[in-house]
Amino acid sequence: MIELIGQIFIIIGLFFDFIGCLGLVRFPDVYNRLQAATKCVTFGTCSILFGTFLIMGLTAAGIKALLCIFFLVLTSPAGAHAIAKSSQKAGVKLWEGSVVNQYQEKTN
Amino acid sequence: MKAKCAFFIIALIIWILLNIPLNVSNLIIGVVVSVFAAYFVGDFFPQRPHLLFHPARYFWFFLYIPIFVWQCLKANVDVALRIIRPSRPINPGIVKVQTSLKSDIALTFLANSITLTPGTLTIDLNKEEGVLYVHWIDVKSVDIKKATELIVGKFEKILKKIFEE
Repeated sequence: MIELIGQIFIIIGLFFDFIGCLGLVRFPDVYNRLQAATKCVTFGTCSILFGTFLIMGLTAAGIKALLCIFFLVLTSPAGAHAIAKSSQKAGVKLWEGSVVNQYQEKTN
Repeated sequence: MKAKCAFFIIALIIWILLNIPLNVSNLIIGVVVSVFAAYFVGDFFPQRPHLLFHPARYFWFFLYIPIFVWQCLKANVDVALRIIRPSRPINPGIVKVQTSLKSDIALTFLANSITLTPGTLTIDLNKEEGVLYVHWIDVKSVDIKKATELIVGKFEKILKKIFEE
């Protein structure tokens, strides 16, 4: 039973990872692409790792999977902040359909 | 010194978790590595390590996890639907939001939570003014008060209970 639930988690994770990669291709500019990359890929990978934990139980591999979730949740947004901020500093423009940019207003 | 001790303990716990079938030689290496890590980077870690010993903060933290997971799930379904739909319904922009949190660690958690929840991505923060710049995939309001309520409101109170006061 628990293995089945774990496998369902892994399938959900793979689905969200796929959607995240699709978003990388479909979205127009770097910031929207980061949205897809940080949210869907983080959640999908966490889901895969959690499924692994359910299947392996409290063994060495299972606990490592849980630790990986913790570090992934900490580091993936930090990477996204770094990329987004450096893109703004480097002058990467928002997509032309964007509504507002209050960050540029501050720096100019 | 206190910060270094706290860092040492946390580093050692993580090492032990990573090496679960633990034996003595493993543990000795872990202690040595943790001492080195604590000596070199311990000062960056917690400014007020005594906060680690308040049980009430752990209670709020465990309450925070389900709220965060639920928001994260909603965010994922929302963004996934936007990606799949052929019309690609996005309306992006960068807005400013206000926060009353002060400490570094609380701001870090707030920024990370914002990044992992519905359609928002923190770009920069200004600590003196307590202002966060947030990229929003579907801008509902450019007004600073309304945007603050929609983006930050869910987390701010509980993060204040965990890391401040």
